Amino acid sequence: MSLSIEQLNQVAHLARLEMLPGQADHYAKQLSSILELVGQLTRADTAGVEPMAHPLEMHQRLRPDVVTESDRREVFQSIAPAVEDGLYIVPKVIE
Amino acid sequence: MHTLSIKQLSEGLRAKKFSSRELTQHYLGRIESLDPALNSFITVTTDVALAQADAADARLAAGNAGVLTGIPLAQKDIFCTEGVRTSCASKMLDSFVAPYNATIVDKLHAPDGAGMVMLGKCNMDEFAMGSSNETSWYGPVKNPWDLERVPGGSSGGSVAAVAAGLAPAATATDTGGSIRQPAALTNLTGIKPTYGRVSRFGMIAFASSLDQAGVVARTAEDAAYVLQAMSGFDTKDSTSIERPVDDLVSGLGQSIKGLRIGLPKEYFAEGLADGVRERVMAAVEQFKALGAVVSEVSLPNSPLSVPTYYVVAPAEASSNLSRYDGVRFGHRADGVKTLEQLYKRSRGEGFGAEVQRRIMIGTYVLSHGYYDAYYLQAQKVRKLIYEDFRRAYASVDVILGPTATDIAFKLGSKTDDPVSMYLNDIYTIAANLAGIPAMSLSCGFVDGLPVGLQLMGNFFDEARLLNAAHQYQQATDWHTQRPHGYA
Amino acid sequence: MTHNTEWEAVIGLEVHCQLRTNTKIFSGASTTYGAAPNTQADAVTLGLPGVLPVLNGTALQMAIKFGLSVDAEVAERCVFARKHYFYPDLPKGYQISQYELPIVGNGHLDIELGDGSVKRIGITRAHMEEDAGKSMHEGFVGTSGIDLNRAGTPLIEIVSEPDIRTAAEAVAYLKKLHQLVVYLGICDGNMQEGSFRCDANVSVRRRGTEKFGTRTETKNVNSFRYVEKAIEYEIERQIEVIEAGGTIVQETRLFDPGTGETRSMRTKEDANDYRYFPDPDLLPVVVTQDDIARVRATMPELPEAKRNRFMEQFGLPKYDATVLTGEQALADYYEVVVKASGADPKTCSNWVTTDLLGALNKLGKDIESSPVSAEQLAGLIARIVDSTISGKIAKDVFEAMLAGEGDADAIIQAKGLVQITDESAIVKVIDEVMAANPKQLADYRGGKDKLFGFFVGQVMRVSGGKANPDAVNRLLKDKLAG
Repeated sequence: MSLSIEQLNQVAHLARLEMLPGQADHYAKQLSSILELVGQLTRADTAGVEPMAHPLEMHQRLRPDVVTESDRREVFQSIAPAVEDGLYIVPKVIE
Repeated sequence: MHTLSIKQLSEGLRAKKFSSRELTQHYLGRIESLDPALNSFITVTTDVALAQADAADARLAAGNAGVLTGIPLAQKDIFCTEGVRTSCASKMLDSFVAPYNATIVDKLHAPDGAGMVMLGKCNMDEFAMGSSNETSWYGPVKNPWDLERVPGGSSGGSVAAVAAGLAPAATATDTGGSIRQPAALTNLTGIKPTYGRVSRFGMIAFASSLDQAGVVARTAEDAAYVLQAMSGFDTKDSTSIERPVDDLVSGLGQSIKGLRIGLPKEYFAEGLADGVRERVMAAVEQFKALGAVVSEVSLPNSPLSVPTYYVVAPAEASSNLSRYDGVRFGHRADGVKTLEQLYKRSRGEGFGAEVQRRIMIGTYVLSHGYYDAYYLQAQKVRKLIYEDFRRAYASVDVILGPTATDIAFKLGSKTDDPVSMYLNDIYTIAANLAGIPAMSLSCGFVDGLPVGLQLMGNFFDEARLLNAAHQYQQATDWHTQRPHGYA
Repeated sequence: MTHNTEWEAVIGLEVHCQLRTNTKIFSGASTTYGAAPNTQADAVTLGLPGVLPVLNGTALQMAIKFGLSVDAEVAERCVFARKHYFYPDLPKGYQISQYELPIVGNGHLDIELGDGSVKRIGITRAHMEEDAGKSMHEGFVGTSGIDLNRAGTPLIEIVSEPDIRTAAEAVAYLKKLHQLVVYLGICDGNMQEGSFRCDANVSVRRRGTEKFGTRTETKNVNSFRYVEKAIEYEIERQIEVIEAGGTIVQETRLFDPGTGETRSMRTKEDANDYRYFPDPDLLPVVVTQDDIARVRATMPELPEAKRNRFMEQFGLPKYDATVLTGEQALADYYEVVVKASGADPKTCSNWVTTDLLGALNKLGKDIESSPVSAEQLAGLIARIVDSTISGKIAKDVFEAMLAGEGDADAIIQAKGLVQITDESAIVKVIDEVMAANPKQLADYRGGKDKLFGFFVGQVMRVSGGKANPDAVNRLLKDKLAG
């Protein structure tokens, strides 16, 4: 299993990672070798096997619908890259 | 003082042989003088440590101290610590001061908790992705046994600090061997408990269904003390187990006569260094001498554990790391004009190469057209691996094998070859996939470098594992060896 | 529609319904609308590193309640999955939703069409998920501001089968659904605040053909009227494109209420690759038969059942019953009025549907904030029943009650409006009126029967409207006859 530069760029775009010139080729080679490693899985006989998402055979616990959190905007926004009037600021969102 | 066990430190504090402040200052002094060569800490929290030490001394004086109150501890920099930078060894979080504590940080350090003293935040592989501690944005950690070699990873800073006597014990996390492999490479005892035994709240996620916090220490006894204080149910973690914690410390000291130990034949096959095999087999003889009954078992799907892991872990990681987008916290690239630039440049600059590789692998295996072939298939194989253990534990109590294929390797020797790096974790990954507890302890040396042996237990069998390790350590002295220059 | 005979539209609706919980779906932050920006965005909502979701039990119960109300299957085991995309109002880079195993599957809702016929609309599924935050553009140049207060609010997304054929059917379905979720108490139904939002999937095909055309999705149409306009516009647009030889592009469109048109949103190239997988921070949700039974026990009487009961129990015409059961609070109000007044249910219905609703409409108030309580209105009607006042006087008393002048009895006393039923007193008035109008009396007696109304009017005027009308009629007839 090998990954073309085009596929690599598509994956990097989906993951929102910038590929600088020359990086894509390097990553494509490394990722291809990793995909070769994980490609061994396709040989396993898993007919009739239930997928296992989680090691625990438990089910979801439920939380009471009670307010436990107070306003901590000031401390949360003290670590934000850009805020104004309580809003997080980003380049213009175009819809 | 830094050679004393946790039990001895606890007794010393009670007997007023030394105060927590004196003890803390002693460790801080060692960090200051010895850590520059090791790079095991990202942040040393002197002020926090001294304040906690004073509070501990007050508790000791008032007679309401717990067994761990006043004893220093290092925290892996993956656990959120309120008011203290929590970087996960990433440029992405270099400026991230957590606004809350991880549950285990509260349990270990809060005045109404165990009251331990936090010395600082330990270096690690970036977002815990690595087996050598070379992917840290803060630079690699050196192995105190040989400064040209890696300490293992991802909890490389935690083990280097404890091995060098810069902390009596340290917290660590294990997604595919990140507690056990570095413990093996530095002559320490490290335990990853059953998935769900220790809360994941406030522990920065790598792969949520595999991540589990634990501890590295010099002995099983020391590890038992700290793990006891970390464990337990937490309403803030949906995957936390609502079940009482066994008494790990008083569980030590029981005979292991009749303990059924299984040796998985797949763990002694090709790929295992001869010297490591010899040391592990010698340890098996020691266990027999202690009364254990040894037999061979088979974990037939274990050769598939590495490929399974490198689908499941990157898939979850690619998702967990989507939140690092430069909007609410973390690194934001300068001068971005569009949203796409904001995301791509902030993430491209903020994440190192290994993290980016894993994000891309994870994105790929979850993407349209590949999900069934990779992700779903990996989940099915995961089930097969889990069933292997179920079957094995029908006839044995503990599974024993090597922790790592070889002794610590040279810094830089595997950084260009991710696949050979990944194969380091071949013996440790299966326990994470199955969710069972597992630990590593030292069983000798090859060329002057430590060799680790791994014990894997059935679900919730932490007490049994720690007792078996403790019995072995009562009969051997490998764990008492100290790296030259750090005695 | 001009092309009505040749073309047929195929419409499916996706409704996002905010659940009326106190806290978010995965954290204990408040969901109150209108708070200052980001003051309700806690660590879990913000997706800060290391925090974890825990499911709100009330949100789950509300989703089950919805499932039961549309005769759907409630899954014994449902799973939360992560849906990935990057957007500033989505804090974690993924939305926690449900994908392969939703909580509710395979239900239906019956709607009534204009001609009185009933049409069944299938409900494919309803799944639980978290809402996103909001992007603010006003007052910003080149940037946007993000408010994450809304992020993490529990939603159910209700997906219909493509069973709807016209904009009018779509509106009927939406109104019915809206009434239902408000009745169930699981949604406040406030469309302006975005508590109940609709996306419309629309395609057209030539009548008689089976195959669906390519569909477009028109996002966030947030009033019943806009839904109708947006769908009508989209149907016309698609027909025109096809008839002009073009093809419909599968895309997301946005309705502009200003122009009444829809326009293409910028095509999202990765729209199809959400990389869903089960959320490893959450475990499968297991719903037992006992859980379902407990929720069932809290189910209110639903609108249709209530309407039928009103028709049967109170003998009301369908129209009255439909109006009265349109809202739970109105139906409750009416039942109190009937019980407390002891009056004929139809009389009560007239008062509630005509006088009360008319007045509330003028005041711009809803039934919950009515200035006249059900008990007060019942008190008024009771005075008509016991002949204390006439129906006509009652209208004046009602006006005074609306103005806040107090209960009916107090107003009747204060204004001296008690009806005169003492026949000798009425006869006295009649004598006065006859004496004062000799000419009219002579004309009447001469055969001008029409003048009877004149005398009634005079007697009522002189009595200040308080004379009992029945008695006036009877006594006047006798006296005038001589």
